[in-house]
Amino acid sequence: MSDLPLNQHRVASGLIAAVGVWIAYLSYTQEPQAAFLFPRMISTVFAVLALWTFGKAVLGRSKVGQGLSKQDMKNILPGLIVALVYIFWAAKGLGFYTASTIAFFILISLYDPSPNAERRTWIKRIIITAGFLAVMYGLFATLLNVYTPREIFF
Amino acid sequence: MEFLGYFGEVFTPFNFMLLLIGTIGGLILGATPGLSPTMAVALLIPFTFRLEAAQGLILLGAAYTSTVAGGAVSAILLKIPGAPANIATTLDGHTMAQKGEGAKALQLSFISSAIGGVFGVLLLIFLTPVLAKWALAFGPSHLFWLAILGVTVIGSLDSSSVVKGLLAGCIGMWLATIGFDDIMGAQRFIFHPAVGGGINVIPALIGLFAIPQVITMFAKGKSQSAAEVIVVQKSPIKAAFVEVFSRKRALAIGTAVGSIIGLIPGVGGQIAGLVAYDQSKKFSPEREKFGTGHPEGVVAAEAANNAMVGPSLVPLLTLSIPGSPTAAVLLGGLLIHGIFPGSDLFDNHPEVAWTFINSMLIGQILMCIFGLYVAGLAASVARVPHSVMAAVVLGLAVFGSYSVQNSMGDVYVMASLGVGMYFLERFGFSAAPLVLGLILGPIAEANFVQGSMIANATSNLWSYFFNGPLNVTLIFVVVASIAYSVWMELRNKRYTTKEEIVE
Repeated sequence: MSDLPLNQHRVASGLIAAVGVWIAYLSYTQEPQAAFLFPRMISTVFAVLALWTFGKAVLGRSKVGQGLSKQDMKNILPGLIVALVYIFWAAKGLGFYTASTIAFFILISLYDPSPNAERRTWIKRIIITAGFLAVMYGLFATLLNVYTPREIFF
Repeated sequence: MEFLGYFGEVFTPFNFMLLLIGTIGGLILGATPGLSPTMAVALLIPFTFRLEAAQGLILLGAAYTSTVAGGAVSAILLKIPGAPANIATTLDGHTMAQKGEGAKALQLSFISSAIGGVFGVLLLIFLTPVLAKWALAFGPSHLFWLAILGVTVIGSLDSSSVVKGLLAGCIGMWLATIGFDDIMGAQRFIFHPAVGGGINVIPALIGLFAIPQVITMFAKGKSQSAAEVIVVQKSPIKAAFVEVFSRKRALAIGTAVGSIIGLIPGVGGQIAGLVAYDQSKKFSPEREKFGTGHPEGVVAAEAANNAMVGPSLVPLLTLSIPGSPTAAVLLGGLLIHGIFPGSDLFDNHPEVAWTFINSMLIGQILMCIFGLYVAGLAASVARVPHSVMAAVVLGLAVFGSYSVQNSMGDVYVMASLGVGMYFLERFGFSAAPLVLGLILGPIAEANFVQGSMIANATSNLWSYFFNGPLNVTLIFVVVASIAYSVWMELRNKRYTTKEEIVE
């Protein structure tokens, strides 16, 4: 039996069940019917399995999945926020290379165990970031000719 | 012997260079804990857009082969399997390394991998054209059931919970229905303009395999890798060859088990390695030495996990049904070049099919040669801090997804699916059935619609989809795979997970 708090399992499987039921509802109410024939089959199985999983979680019989500990969430949150801001706003708003450089530098600074008080640590991070930027620019802009959004700088 | 006519294609300077890049890069990526072969191949797909189909597949195939073998480096030197397929290798490989035989363990693993891998690719060469011709007899109802089979087999065998595995498969199949319906042109489940054209498979694959790994690395926080890399001493290669061939039983068991398991969709290298290790131990007169740094353990496990690579592509190349997540990613690599596997591939694009397969054969030998020399470098890469690895993978995922169609929508889809998948994984769901559902969903739907039209014109829907020996056989296999997994779950005899072995 996993040591995952039971409520986490209940909430997660409840959310999945809600999505399953909602999709099944949409499949059966949307028109034209012929276009939704296959989605109806799939969403019915989806909803049944999701409700089954939810039922097992409510009864406390979910056996797999480690869930998320408080420490996990604490560790993930800063990186996830940086990653999501980078993807959903900065990449387009600032330009791919500028945003990637900033996000890369923040991420390695956030998760690097080296002491922040040392000057060497910061120099190492700057060099790694510059190297990453050079490789990405070489690969995507020069080799693959991918034209990415470029706002400020490049 | 048609394949012999295309051997020259592998040795053109550009193709051979791609093979070398794929092999060496794959060995290094494979040795990096946290970068699975599937994720490595998914991240490489954007680099194949500008290549010809055969060239792209050479790169992806070489990376697939050598990431599986490269995983042995960290399994032996760090006791962290580079890929799930290398779990069994840690059992004796790491103990050998602790006893000062790290170099010998690496040599045994690469030589056994190459022998097993060559046998597996030969099986692919001789089985595929025959099965591809046989696949011509498949009608829409059979292809529909095959697609369902692909999802249910992986859903039930690859997940720790059968219900969650099947549910993940359903989620994938539902995701595949988003966008415009092919026949009526109706909009289905378009909740955001980013998914107006449906969910593109490549960004989805990148997101589903790469982003959960990035977040897993975030979850480790500022912790330094606790694993200590064992320094390897020099060891004569000739002695390693003699050792491998003196362990014929383990080599034969590993190769046979890997080849058979590779042919079964959904089972994969992890199980191939563990079953081969177990069988080799049972048949060995020195079974008490297993687990104490016995070379037979390394030989059996590594021969098996590479022997499964070739056969795992048989269902993909003959029936268009990817038998594993990596095969699903390779299917994505084929589809972006407008090539559909099956008899069409061998009849209309033999140069693509045979150049790809031949390159895998040569790749096994290159992997052995370079593996022996790159192992030290690969072990150093395995020590790259989590912080850098997470940031690099995130950057590659963003740029790679964008480059598919130069669309930010693809990047949003990649990120949303990836973050969602991380949380699903924490609750016991697996990415493999979801990916299979996403890829096989359109195949299942197209054949269901086509079959329904034929059924309406000729018989009724029930008899068209449920009658006939092939339909009944496929339905039986679907039901049997689910029933077997439920039985295994009830008996609680599932195979050891990567996390358990590391602990």
